[in-house]
Amino acid sequence: MGKENGKVVVLDFWASPYGMRTKIALREKGVEFEVQQEDLWNKSELLLKSNPVHKKVPVLIHGDIPISESLVQVQYIDETWTDAASFLPSDPQSRATARFWADFADKTISFEGGKNIWGNKKGEEQEKGKKEFLESLKVLEAELGDKTYFGGETFGYVDITLVPFYSWFYALEKCGDFSVEAECPKIVAWGKRCVERNSVAASLPESEKVYQQVLKLRQIFGVE
Amino acid sequence: MIKNKKTNSLISPDTTQTKKRKKTDMAQNGSNTTVKLLGTWSSPFALRARIALHLKSVEYEYIEEADVLKSKSDLLVKSNPIHKKVPVLIHGDVSICESLNIVQYVDESWPSKPSILPSLPKDRAFARFWAHFVDGKCFESIDAVVRAKDDTEKIAAARNLMENLAALEDAFQKSSKDGGFFGGENIGFLDIACGVIVGPLSVIEAFSGVKFLSPDTTPGLVQWAEIFRAHEAVKPYMPTVAEFVEFAKQKFNLQ
Repeated sequence: MGKENGKVVVLDFWASPYGMRTKIALREKGVEFEVQQEDLWNKSELLLKSNPVHKKVPVLIHGDIPISESLVQVQYIDETWTDAASFLPSDPQSRATARFWADFADKTISFEGGKNIWGNKKGEEQEKGKKEFLESLKVLEAELGDKTYFGGETFGYVDITLVPFYSWFYALEKCGDFSVEAECPKIVAWGKRCVERNSVAASLPESEKVYQQVLKLRQIFGVE
Repeated sequence: MIKNKKTNSLISPDTTQTKKRKKTDMAQNGSNTTVKLLGTWSSPFALRARIALHLKSVEYEYIEEADVLKSKSDLLVKSNPIHKKVPVLIHGDVSICESLNIVQYVDESWPSKPSILPSLPKDRAFARFWAHFVDGKCFESIDAVVRAKDDTEKIAAARNLMENLAALEDAFQKSSKDGGFFGGENIGFLDIACGVIVGPLSVIEAFSGVKFLSPDTTPGLVQWAEIFRAHEAVKPYMPTVAEFVEFAKQKFNLQ
């Protein structure tokens, strides 16, 4: 049996940028998979059993192997389904560069970082959140430069890591009263290019839907 | 023909073919370009890089950043402008930052045995997950213990750390398969990743009197820590507990 064989299931929540990474990666490789939507307020037995350490989505279940952490999953997908193009370049130096920037993007453009914007009323805390978010996005924009994708001409690991948050920009803009395009036009242009790919279009929800979800969260957390 | 200025002998310049071959050699096995590592003796993260380089028998120049917390050298700031942290591996004119990134880079650039990362994707995923756990939750909980202000905070932080170590113990039992290391019989990526907690744990044990690694709660990790410290690729670079304690006293202003 080839190592690619075995049913593939993703335990996911539709608005989770992390789940989007995994789905994009699977679609880029042409892998058939099933999505099990989780209610994050009432997590399934399967989720709690498959990711006992973090109890979070996404979880990738390949055959009977559960794998947690979106970036670990993306690398696993890349290394298991090797017929399609790799997400990482072939030379060690470029691979190290890609890993570095994916790690940077992962740490600085995050759900928690976004929460500092939507999870606060207009004021000092929110301004701080916006500042940190935009500063980091500008560093990433400088790294992108005029390239088509972060890796150059090929859509790859860093793109997969960051692009899910493109679907969250609108919600952050509305809550924080700012424009990502005005501050980081190249990032927005890059996002638009990525969304032209089937894998990304199929995995990212509509920005308006994400915004509605964020409004719900604001109500739950008592932010108004 | 050109003159070798030192010996005055005549030497032929490299032919295009020789230049091409040398370039390929360098690209393939990275052995003909200089390798430097910026680190500090007390950094558990620099330790990761040193272990990897030792395992691959790479010749390199080690540059100690004398006082990285207070004043960073020009070389450090130039080679790691985003984070300005050690370790940084400088290979030729390329800088590689972030310790786990360096370890993977070393494994890929010097592909001769021993392999550092496991070969199967599922084992690599396991190693990466737990390495991330160590860098995230484990370090956060060690930090919380150190910075706890009162007894209530200390107890809560200690409990959290014990839970995380119990999870790591579980992972060890699953993957070592009686081999002694996380990877089995040989030291590998996850051992190198987890090695960073050995020093800091010994320090907080010394200060608090609490045994976070103990034969009752974490028998596998206790034995693993011993053989890890004693491994020939670790021993030369791992400071003693006394040295760590002294360093912590200064860094955290403890007595």
